[in-house]
Amino acid sequence: MIPTQVDWDSIVDSVFVFDNYGELLVLLSNSLWAGALLGLVGGLVGTFVMMRDLAFSVHGIAELSFAGAAAALLIGSDIVTGSLLGSVLAALIIGFMGLRARDSNSFVGVLMPFGLGLGILFLSLYEGRSSNKFSLLTGQIVSVSPVQLTSMIVLSIVVVAGLLIAWRPLTFASTDPVVAEARGLPVRTLSIVFMVLLGISVAMSVQIVGALLVLALLITPAAAAMNLTVAPARIVVLSVVFAELSMVGGILLALGGSIPISPYVTSISFAIWLVTRVIRGFRERGSSYRRGGSEKDPHGRGQDAHLHGQGPQGLPVPVSNVRG
Amino acid sequence: MTLPTKVAPTIHTSAAQPATPSTTPWSAPDNQRDSGQAVVELKNAELAFGDRVLWRDLNLTIREGEYFAVLGSNGTGKTSFLKVLLGLLPLTRGTVSVTGERPGAASRHVGYVPQQRGFSPRTPLRARDLVAQGIDGHKWGIRLRRRAVNERVDELLDKVGAGDYANAPVGLLSGGEQQRLRIAQALATDPELLLCDEALLSLDLNHQYIVSELVNQQRVDSGSAVVFVTHDINPIIDHVDRILYLAGGSFKIGTPDEVMRSEVLSELYGADIEVLRSNGRIIVTGRPDNTHHISSQEGLIP
Repeated sequence: MIPTQVDWDSIVDSVFVFDNYGELLVLLSNSLWAGALLGLVGGLVGTFVMMRDLAFSVHGIAELSFAGAAAALLIGSDIVTGSLLGSVLAALIIGFMGLRARDSNSFVGVLMPFGLGLGILFLSLYEGRSSNKFSLLTGQIVSVSPVQLTSMIVLSIVVVAGLLIAWRPLTFASTDPVVAEARGLPVRTLSIVFMVLLGISVAMSVQIVGALLVLALLITPAAAAMNLTVAPARIVVLSVVFAELSMVGGILLALGGSIPISPYVTSISFAIWLVTRVIRGFRERGSSYRRGGSEKDPHGRGQDAHLHGQGPQGLPVPVSNVRG
Repeated sequence: MTLPTKVAPTIHTSAAQPATPSTTPWSAPDNQRDSGQAVVELKNAELAFGDRVLWRDLNLTIREGEYFAVLGSNGTGKTSFLKVLLGLLPLTRGTVSVTGERPGAASRHVGYVPQQRGFSPRTPLRARDLVAQGIDGHKWGIRLRRRAVNERVDELLDKVGAGDYANAPVGLLSGGEQQRLRIAQALATDPELLLCDEALLSLDLNHQYIVSELVNQQRVDSGSAVVFVTHDINPIIDHVDRILYLAGGSFKIGTPDEVMRSEVLSELYGADIEVLRSNGRIIVTGRPDNTHHISSQEGLIP
């Protein structure tokens, strides 16, 4: 595909293909619906992933989901079930190993290459169509069967309903675990329940965007939303909107061509994040940001700046940033 | 904001008689120890981790309106005492009840003010969201009564003087501002018992005073009992009715004047301790483990 001299025209032609677009749109409406569902789930789950600082865990779960799907492919079983088993199992293990991100990070780091290695092993043993192999890692060329769509609808309902029921306690436990526990909330149980919902969401995403790129759907939209606001309700709405834009937009662009869907999705979602990050940068320079719009508080707050050296998750906190 | 002018420790002199079997000869006139509802009751309570007994035979009744301080060095079971009252840690022996119920079941009657830990600057909460979590954060489902909750939040923010930064991200507020929000959050359910866990630690003097006053205000206004865990009694000395002083497996209960004395603490520690009083402040010297820790490792979550 790449001759000695790069043929830009042919690259652009293969990236953006809109021949017979109307017909394709009808043919592949299943994919669109699947993408829309995924956008909703990804946007919602992503906000909690960000609140709980679980980005790295998501990546680890995705690798094990990939291993599960590859195993299912090898033994001729259902890929959806395989990836579900892999990711829910991984999510549960991570959930039980460490309540907080700090404890589980190293564990995820151990688990992730193991999952990826297992998956590669299963794939190399598999002798079927090679396009199946590739799609598990990098996302498939748009084609979602009615059966697949049905299973995604069911899984989406489970995840969204679970999140709605647990919404307030989960938010409380995610942002303020010490006080939530003192208030009598089952912080640990909530954490495990969320890990299961996360596992399901990851398994859904792996089917469409691939194991390597799940973060584009489960992290980037929520991160972009948090660049713009700290109001929880607005974060959720923005996160879902961004995820839908990336997902549905990505599918619409990918419909005609032969390139997997994931580069489109990841590019859109990154572009959105970039724009929001720039907006945030400008806003933080404005003095009104820290006070939430009102005038600056006069009494000195340099006095306890050293205490902010470390955030609750052990993340280094830039003191200059804290002081606005 | 002006710095507080320190006054000598007030000894509350309501009409009740000395009731607890305090052995000190010069027992001060007592406060509401005998009247009012029992908010916290411990009977023959013992807490031990394996062989290590933190305290045993602890009999204690804290009544409404009482300001009760728990003092001691690190590792003496101060935080564990709070965990017991919150129902997060079972006693190894004896019984405990909070507002007449099992501790965990009473959580709606208990306001909890944690140590100031600092939120990450990107924490997706505004000041008002933090307070709102104190109102309905424990309920299932999504928030439907937005207006009612918002009104209550505004009320609480005004009460603690945090209205100015209601919409600011909590992660960008100073430690003192965050602790004001913590008080507002703890007061959300108008609790009968206010538990403060090193709530003044790492605050500057001005905010120590403000937060301490806010806690006391709730006691005066609503008759809440206050249990304040701290390693330094001075910021709250003006309000404290009684002290539980924990040290190396033993403890002493009594008014500040009964407990904060050289001979009492020397006996408790089994070492020479000197208690100095200067300008209304109490200074304990010679404590074997007199460490002021900035961030406690004894958080509620491991």
